[in-house]
Amino acid sequence: MSVAPRTPPAKRDWSWRSQAFRGLLYQIIAVVIIGGVAWWLATNTAENMRVRGIKSGFDFLTQPAGFDIGESLSKFDSNDPYWKAFLIGVSNTLRVAILGIILTTILGTLIGVGRFSRNGLVRGLCQAYVELFRNVPVLLQLLMWYLLFTEFLPDVTEAKRIGDIYLSKGGITFPKPIWETGHLFGVAGLLAGCVVAWFYRRWARSKFEATGQVRSMFWVPVAIVFALGVLGWLVGGAPSQFAVPAKGEFAVEGGGALTPEFMAVLLGLTLYTAAFVAEVVRSGISSVARGQSEAAQALGLSKGQEMQQVLLPQALRVIIPPMTNQFLNLTKNSSLAVAIGYPDVVSISNTALNQTGRAVECIALIMLVYLTTSLLTSFFMNWYNAKSAIKER
Amino acid sequence: MNEATDNIIVFDKVNKWYGNNFHVLRDINLNVRRGERIVVCGPSGSGKSTLIRCINRLEEHQEGHLIVDGTELTDDVKAIDKIRKEVGMVFQQFNLFPHLTVLENLTLSPMYVGKMPKKEAEEKAMTQLKRVRIAEQAGKYPLQLSGGQQQRVAIARALCLTPKIMLFDEPTSALDPEMIKEVLDVMVEMANQGITMICVTHEMGFAKAVADRVIFMDQGQIVEQNTPHEFFNNPQTDRSKDFLSKILGH
Repeated sequence: MSVAPRTPPAKRDWSWRSQAFRGLLYQIIAVVIIGGVAWWLATNTAENMRVRGIKSGFDFLTQPAGFDIGESLSKFDSNDPYWKAFLIGVSNTLRVAILGIILTTILGTLIGVGRFSRNGLVRGLCQAYVELFRNVPVLLQLLMWYLLFTEFLPDVTEAKRIGDIYLSKGGITFPKPIWETGHLFGVAGLLAGCVVAWFYRRWARSKFEATGQVRSMFWVPVAIVFALGVLGWLVGGAPSQFAVPAKGEFAVEGGGALTPEFMAVLLGLTLYTAAFVAEVVRSGISSVARGQSEAAQALGLSKGQEMQQVLLPQALRVIIPPMTNQFLNLTKNSSLAVAIGYPDVVSISNTALNQTGRAVECIALIMLVYLTTSLLTSFFMNWYNAKSAIKER
Repeated sequence: MNEATDNIIVFDKVNKWYGNNFHVLRDINLNVRRGERIVVCGPSGSGKSTLIRCINRLEEHQEGHLIVDGTELTDDVKAIDKIRKEVGMVFQQFNLFPHLTVLENLTLSPMYVGKMPKKEAEEKAMTQLKRVRIAEQAGKYPLQLSGGQQQRVAIARALCLTPKIMLFDEPTSALDPEMIKEVLDVMVEMANQGITMICVTHEMGFAKAVADRVIFMDQGQIVEQNTPHEFFNNPQTDRSKDFLSKILGH
């Protein structure tokens, strides 16, 4: 009487009225329509540009840019070609976006978790933060920080001096170590520290599993990395030559600098996005069933253990998709930097566009940059999301 | 042993309210002897779950004294931690941690709360899983198991703390009829091993088989308590007669 298990049938019904056939048909129609519209737009634009005698093409990228860039990671001068200017714009955008994403994740998670605190003051402060920062337009916040930095700090000629650090409308200027081969040992020390710290964590984990004793999984590794870095620096002869900034006649000269534009963009985007990240984290934690918290308590777990071992891991799968949105928002909002003169990719492309008139090309480049960055972020986050999914079958 | 230490749980005029208007526990006086097996029953909303949830302080009582194994439950965090290590709990909805495997569910508390080495915790967990006859599922995730299997894992998880007291909050109410038996069998086995058990349930067969005492609650009060035989055959109050006629009616 029993039926032995077997594999499902491979054949699919492809009749005129089958769902499979209908589905395929609709997809083909959609692709044809979209392709047609795209083709029409492209040929129409090309035709119009030809009629009006507008030059097109990307040949301008190799011509000298002819403008200076306020800040860049590598040296740039006005004789350098456009493509280099673009690259500097991209690097400035990424610098703000990557730092911003890291800082906003940390701050947002702290505030989100803080809203579950048993301390009423902490809860209230976290809520006030969220309501304040998410309800003021981000452009306004950028302008506000920029104004604060440029209005209330002293003029460059009267820069405020704290030790060897100068504070002025020109930003923060600080002593920068002058690169010597000896520093190489320091860097090697830091890298060695990371390796040792990794092994330490493995050891601490196995020790915890073997004896149940809890060891610091964060501060001790951090100390190891620093100690080895310092050791390497000492072995390298302890090079301690600094380029110390000094007050010149019109500006603070020498040393490293954080411009007010950079600080305003980074601070503005981080604080604004952290409010949203906090809400994402809060909703994620609230989405974990109440019974999970009760079970953790009944098992004697402390509040911290409950959060770390039970609530957060389950909240992650709810948190990650909207968190990805916030990361993408931060990256794309960095284009508002143009309003306060931070030379991000949009700002530099704008200048290039005005000088060369190649609007389609410049806009296409900007879109390409954001699309690539955003897709890379999405891919990474989707991979992480799949990793933290819960197995049900 | 004197009277006081022989009682592992003592409720002394315990009162609790939800909000301002719902008086959920009213002047509860109850002594539970070491090793005693108690079944709590009564209509829904009568305060049964709240009563046992006070014992490991998932709910806070607002008046009276509640002493568990010699320690009075107050706001004192240390006392709460101590008592939670001695009290295991099984929930109606299992409440297993879905992101951890069955084995990890069992070792979590012994490792983090009991500071037990992982190897020892795993050995202990496997012993408990064998006891509830589900050792072969140790590597699976909870949602890959049937309801009855999940509840047996939940019982094993509570046992991993070697509790002195086990609380069951309607452990079979969310299960298919077929699975109720496999869970009850495990509970009967436990009952025969001398652990103190308090079980909120409507499984009258279970009550008759293992309970030393049946407690009937209504509107936040303990209305009647008796041996199962007396309670089922000779209920004393109208309220309990009415209740029994409803659940035994078919």
